[in-house]
Amino acid sequence: MSSLVADLAVRVGSLALRNPFLLASGIWGESGDSLAGAWAAGAGGVITKSIGSLPRAGYPNPTIEEYSTWGLLNAMGLPNPGMDEYPREISAARSHGALVIGSVFGSDAEEFARLARRIAETGVVAVELNLSCPHAEGYGTEVGSDPKDVEAIVRAVVGSVSVPVIAKITPNTSDAPALAVAAENGGAAAVSAINTLRALAIDTTLHRPVLAHGLGGLSGPAIKPVGLACVWQIYERVRIPVIGVGGISTAEDALEYIMAGARAVEVGTVIAHQGIGVFSRLVDGLSHRLDELGYASVSQAVGLAHGAGR
Amino acid sequence: MRSIVRVTERVVETPSTVTLRFPFVAPAAPGQFVMIWIPGDDELPMSLSYTVGGSKGVTVKAMGDTSRRVQSIRAGDAVGIRGPYGNRFDMAPRRILVVGGGSGSAVLAPAAEAAVADGARVTAALGATQAPELLFRGRFDAMGAQVEVATDDGSEGTHGFVTTVAERLLGTEPFDAVWTCGPEVMMQKVAVAAASAKVPVYCSVERHMKCALGMCDACALGPYHVCVDGPVFPAERLLPLAEFAHAHRDPSGRRVPFGGH
Repeated sequence: MSSLVADLAVRVGSLALRNPFLLASGIWGESGDSLAGAWAAGAGGVITKSIGSLPRAGYPNPTIEEYSTWGLLNAMGLPNPGMDEYPREISAARSHGALVIGSVFGSDAEEFARLARRIAETGVVAVELNLSCPHAEGYGTEVGSDPKDVEAIVRAVVGSVSVPVIAKITPNTSDAPALAVAAENGGAAAVSAINTLRALAIDTTLHRPVLAHGLGGLSGPAIKPVGLACVWQIYERVRIPVIGVGGISTAEDALEYIMAGARAVEVGTVIAHQGIGVFSRLVDGLSHRLDELGYASVSQAVGLAHGAGR
Repeated sequence: MRSIVRVTERVVETPSTVTLRFPFVAPAAPGQFVMIWIPGDDELPMSLSYTVGGSKGVTVKAMGDTSRRVQSIRAGDAVGIRGPYGNRFDMAPRRILVVGGGSGSAVLAPAAEAAVADGARVTAALGATQAPELLFRGRFDAMGAQVEVATDDGSEGTHGFVTTVAERLLGTEPFDAVWTCGPEVMMQKVAVAAASAKVPVYCSVERHMKCALGMCDACALGPYHVCVDGPVFPAERLLPLAEFAHAHRDPSGRRVPFGGH
């Protein structure tokens, strides 16, 4: 078996990736040089910061509360340079060969469609819709919690761009899989899950929330089991590919997501703990583990834990 | 992890500069920074101006609104501290020229003290708008450094830029390293001068920061993240970057040209 080298290339719908490890939106995505750096470090693709219509500073600091190893709480507040400015960063990343997926956030279907159209013009290979930021008034979860809204937004975007549309859905709802079904009905090429879990930290000495915004979103190893359950349930309800996100720090974590039904995964918080070199470790680790288990490709392992592959 | 501490001492260093001392036991090295949280206001990256022992310190120049609010902190006030973060000055060089402009001495003084304690010889070129604004002049004198001064108004030392002093010193003495902190245009000039004298230069740079963990990209500078790859960079990494000495990013990530130099 040691002579096998598992094929890590995956297809997410029509999107071909050299490996399943995507840089998650919000991480290293403000500058084109950073996106290029994540690509050079071995990411299978890089997702931009979520870009809106206008420049947005985000919330004041503290925007982060760090827990020892199990998680990270953040409320960045969707900082981004705005759609007029950002295309130069995508151009810079693409000039280094990076495969870029553009993330956008809007307050309604019309704004999402307009932003998606503009970011698609920059040469991104897909558009991911941020329907799930848990702490931004008027955006993210607030427009992405009702299946009817999700379906309408996705439909409007799909009608405006020719690249695949990925809906990133929220776990902060009673029925996340219903949101994935809505995205599928709207014509999404794929669904990514999960975004961060709404969360809070309080400083007891000062008797106040630590983050300037109060509420934030929890990421990191603590949320992996939640993300896995979500991907598992979504996989049983939709036919479009699923991208797994949440607390992945090792190849084994990624393989859990793959066996739960994910065709690709996004990684983010682990970069704070291990640096950007984590991409090559994940790639090597997954290749090694697939070899060890006797799978020739990632595809062979997708959804295996459900008892029968599709 | 973040610690809530009470400021033990507030020292007015110059008309525009204030030092805050606070108990913080985590080991720290010259060059590193902490994120200092003013509850209800903001959290800012600040290089440590006192790195030894359990009483650390930061030294703040009144520039924008927020640094003024940092200056408004009094002894006894509670602040949050997390860190230290970032890299440090390498202590191997034995004959060091430090070149500080404005509040650059805040990070250079503790670095020079550590170097002197380790047996190195230090020459300090310090620049300021006017003589009363020369930061930590007394600390450099006390550590036994040779101190040369430049002021914009000629009220003390060379009338003009500290870069002129640095260029002269580089031409007369065989330094094996230059450490510099100040406006980037100044550091760029120092780096170019030292390159022709074949002396390696290390620059401590500043960018807007949010996470300080190498993740959020707010402090992106070319391919680097100042919070984890810096704040101290060999000049040869900075000189090729289009942004160095030309632009930084605002909190939204927009590129903003440096002005007023």
